[in-house]
Amino acid sequence: MSPILYYSLSAVLSALVLLGLAMQSRVPSAMRGNLVCVGVMGLAVLLTLAKEGVKTALLNPWLWLAMAAGAAVGLVWASRIRMIEMPQVVAVLNGIGGLASALVGGLELMKAGSGVFSDVTAALALVIGAVTFSGSLVAALKLARVIDGKPKAFPFHGALSALLLCGCLAGTVLAGFGLAAAALPICAVSALLFGWLFAMRVGGADMPVAISLLNSLSGVAGAIAGMAIYHVLLVAVGGIVGSSGLLLTQIMCRAMNRKLLDILLGRTVKAAPKEEQKEEPAPEESEPDSEPEPEPEPEPEEAPFALKDAKNVIIVPGYGMALSQAQGKVKELADRLKANGATVRFAIHPVAGRMPGHMNVLLAEVDVDYDDLYELDSINDDFASADAVVVVGASDVMNPAAREAEGTPIYGMPILNVDEAPHVFVCNFDLKPGYAGVENPLYRRTHGIRLLLGDAKESLQTLIDEL
Amino acid sequence: MKELILIGVFVAASALGYVVIRKVPSLLHTPLMSGMNALSGVTLLGALIAGAAAYLDGKTAALLVALLAAALATVNVAGGFSVTHRMLKMFQKRGTEDEK
Repeated sequence: MSPILYYSLSAVLSALVLLGLAMQSRVPSAMRGNLVCVGVMGLAVLLTLAKEGVKTALLNPWLWLAMAAGAAVGLVWASRIRMIEMPQVVAVLNGIGGLASALVGGLELMKAGSGVFSDVTAALALVIGAVTFSGSLVAALKLARVIDGKPKAFPFHGALSALLLCGCLAGTVLAGFGLAAAALPICAVSALLFGWLFAMRVGGADMPVAISLLNSLSGVAGAIAGMAIYHVLLVAVGGIVGSSGLLLTQIMCRAMNRKLLDILLGRTVKAAPKEEQKEEPAPEESEPDSEPEPEPEPEPEEAPFALKDAKNVIIVPGYGMALSQAQGKVKELADRLKANGATVRFAIHPVAGRMPGHMNVLLAEVDVDYDDLYELDSINDDFASADAVVVVGASDVMNPAAREAEGTPIYGMPILNVDEAPHVFVCNFDLKPGYAGVENPLYRRTHGIRLLLGDAKESLQTLIDEL
Repeated sequence: MKELILIGVFVAASALGYVVIRKVPSLLHTPLMSGMNALSGVTLLGALIAGAAAYLDGKTAALLVALLAAALATVNVAGGFSVTHRMLKMFQKRGTEDEK
């Protein structure tokens, strides 16, 4: 294939990727945008094989076999998972992609005589891919609650991380001097450990940001692997994914009022000051993210206010809704309230759930009209004027402690002003603090709050029955 | 020279990527992240090239590693696109999609 044709086709495909992403950032065209990206990927594979020469690569059955096996695994897996598992799945997929980049980097590094530029970029691809791999796996394990979700700092965590980074750098330099055999293990081991340390230290409210950042990194890993093998299309697509992923990360940081650097350096580790864990009178509780918990204590006297009198209701969903799969009941409640003549709106905190947009996906699943979904900024002033707020499995995103409790993981995070509402119905699982581990003072309110503890589905049914 | 072109392409692509999703509404954050994740499996191209080279050189070990990389990258691509598709389908047409 002539270079000019190859470069032009690469440019066209890159432009199509940009178009696909742009389409995916608007609701009406999002689905087609994804299909555009699918098409681009298919064409990119064909273009690559064509460039490598029909008689060698294209006819190599092993490559086709490997791709067929990967596609089968990916498709079957994707069709099996439940929506609630989405954050973990994205993290795992991301880690797998990172590992692939790392392997390509390693291969290229070990290939003799490909020049300094290629060797250095290959080592970098190996490093970034390996960091993505181990970091994503830890993130996934944390989200799946296989390991504790709390931020975990080891002794000398920062120094160790810095040392490992130096290891990665040293390995890359060695690669530049052609010492591939030494560079490979140094890069791989330092990077894997660094990714692990990095993700272990991130916890609670920061996890969505970490995943988004790792997502961006895996794009960069691809791009750098592309440099190592002089593949311009791979560089372009990887670069696009890397930077748009970084932008998404920043959008999320902004929503959480946190600095990216703080998260990178693990400055958010400060453990939540442990206030008294469980007050006896128990008008408090939290996000039901720890599923195995004994039945909660009986709820306090119900609020004198009945939901059926409310004309202006705001529903605040959180991860608990995802856990108990209560979105159907939420929709039912909303419909009943509407039939009652009430205005019903949904307040979606940018990081409600485990990923931005997590709640939107779940609510869309049960046909909640997305015109009823409001973002933090556009609804936050309305809580004071609402008649009632129904909280479904959310704690951190409406925790007033974010305003004053300095040093806690959520301090400074913009929250939904649920505490300004005259009547709050809380359908949460138990009294424990949410994912970020910070006690929610809202539950201590003495009036205008009603706590319905236990499975959100049943609590919502209680509310529906009362209507 | 080639190297400079590659770096230039990387910079240009990054700049464009940074602009293109600027206006994304938060309800699309998760699907978009997932879609970008699938795209990051584009490293598949690298695996294919490495595999083709190893095949030509008759290096079995390298070929096996490349095949593994290709398979993993394809899992990323296929799984990512399909998960994204499932999510977006929920936003797209209402009432007719299959549950969960």
